[in-house]
Amino acid sequence: MVTLKIPVASEDVPQPSRAAPELVAPEPEHCPGPESQQAGKMDACAGCPNQQICATAPKGPDPDIPLVQARMATIAHKILILSGKGGVGKSTFTSMLAYAFSQSPTTQVGVCDIDICGPSIPRMMGAENESIHSSSSGWSPVYVADNLGVMSIQFMLPNQDDAIIWRGPKKNGLIKQFLKDVEWGDLDFLLIDTPPGTSDEHLSINSYLKGSGVDGAVVVTTPQEISLLDVRKEIDFCRKAGIKVLGIVENMSGFVCPNCEGESQIFHATTGGGRALATEISVPFLGAVPLDPRIGIACDYGESFFDAYPESPACEGLMNIIRGLRGQMGLPPSQDGAEEMDES
Amino acid sequence: MLENVKHVVLVLSGKGGVGKSSVTVQLALTLARAGKKVGVLDIDLTGPNIPRMLNVEEKKVHQAPGGWIPVKVGDSDSTGDGMGSIECMSLGFLLRDRGDSVVWRGPKKTAMVRQFLTDVLWGDVDYLLVDTPPGTSDEHISLAEQLRSVSPDGAVVVTTPQAISTADVRKELNFCKKVGLDILGVIENMSGFVCPHCSTCTNVFSSGGGAAMAEQFGVDFFGAVPIDPAFNLMLERQKETTDGVELLQRYRESKLCPVFEGIMEKLLAKTEKVVANGSGCG
Repeated sequence: MVTLKIPVASEDVPQPSRAAPELVAPEPEHCPGPESQQAGKMDACAGCPNQQICATAPKGPDPDIPLVQARMATIAHKILILSGKGGVGKSTFTSMLAYAFSQSPTTQVGVCDIDICGPSIPRMMGAENESIHSSSSGWSPVYVADNLGVMSIQFMLPNQDDAIIWRGPKKNGLIKQFLKDVEWGDLDFLLIDTPPGTSDEHLSINSYLKGSGVDGAVVVTTPQEISLLDVRKEIDFCRKAGIKVLGIVENMSGFVCPNCEGESQIFHATTGGGRALATEISVPFLGAVPLDPRIGIACDYGESFFDAYPESPACEGLMNIIRGLRGQMGLPPSQDGAEEMDES
Repeated sequence: MLENVKHVVLVLSGKGGVGKSSVTVQLALTLARAGKKVGVLDIDLTGPNIPRMLNVEEKKVHQAPGGWIPVKVGDSDSTGDGMGSIECMSLGFLLRDRGDSVVWRGPKKTAMVRQFLTDVLWGDVDYLLVDTPPGTSDEHISLAEQLRSVSPDGAVVVTTPQAISTADVRKELNFCKKVGLDILGVIENMSGFVCPHCSTCTNVFSSGGGAAMAEQFGVDFFGAVPIDPAFNLMLERQKETTDGVELLQRYRESKLCPVFEGIMEKLLAKTEKVVANGSGCG
């Protein structure tokens, strides 16, 4: 049996964000992180050109955190959209949630896309060719509606197809800027779309927002066990990081043929799907959204599926989920937007 | 590093959930059915799916004096009927519990990728397929750097048809160009779903985007793979089946088997043509 000494424990997780010292060389393998309490003192640090810098750097708190807190202070609710598994519909769900929340003209919504390598949100919200305006008061989000602002690295790329080949620390730096330099203003909801996995982006967003407080995370999955396997790990991460899991959403849950309306399963829930997982690990199950090809098309063209097909089973599923989500956040079940939709 | 491995093929995407692991497994099955000895290296450290797909989730990795022994797929010793074999390595085998999260920053991931490349005793493997996580970050940068010395054959890039996927996969193609990794071909996965009730094909995730992208980038298009829920069910039900039929044989019944045979032919035409030229037998 291999007794492999892999550091499976997530010792970086509960640490508050500390000031990062100025490094003179790239971080070595097994680096504990320059902001860590152990920076410069671990075995892996021996021989690293930064060792002295890390060991002697002041261990005070990160001076950027108060700036993040100041920006976040005007935001009533912050929701992380996580998965662990790629391609389950985090960004799609985030954009649909954003459109749904912003139905009411008095509700201010922001979407922060921290998927640095695969930033999908701008395209889904029809803002792919926009760029960010910067002023003395900070970066302005791209407004796709009067009450819906978006921030993503995609807006900063000179060429849409440019690969962003960044290691962790650089990604973390940009995420921090999204939180402290963007002029979000007074928001009712800030939705934070994340990449798949449990890595730098997730650790960073957690540590940067620790002081400001996050309402919690919505975890998206598809019904099959191969997704649930990764989602279990994501929820394990949430527990270790102290992030409340507001609930699980099962996406691509069943397919209705547009020709014969026969129902079939594309992603079979051989182990009970999201609902069974939610029961197994004691988190709320918020609901299911069926697979509708029109959703993908709407996302490709940057249209709001929510506005185009409000009577569809997918939208019905989404509204149920929103009701459940609002309940988990301690908000009243209906908002102006839902009532307006019913009347129309 | 990887001295006894003849060909190294990366399976990349850029976009998550397009079926990199599914494609890796099917390429492995198809190559093994053609008599090749295949290794599968799963470097998706935070979401390792390969062990479950190959029904070796319960297995553990054993250590030998020279390094770690990859996990063998299937019970038989294979080659009796002209079939090759599959062995694999994944972080999934090393976790204490399948629900444990692996929450690592970049440098630890880089170190693990290095260990997987240098410390695993692959033996005489014809094809080492490397399944990767989505993105263009630490794992991909490390892999590209560390594999440079063994001159990998290149990358098979997987996408689904819709624009939201090809947008990310284009970035991956640019990544390959930047790091000098040959793009062997593009596979368009989840390309159409045939309704089991009325046999109408619906393009659930649109259609044609992968082929168009390949043409635009001037890279080969290996083919479109339809959605086939039966394949995933076949993988999921391996645990329950008691007929003793191995996945390698059972895969023959899948509708996707002929699709991947076609893809494999195109792959071999590129990877083995190079070898043939090199030996002067071209």
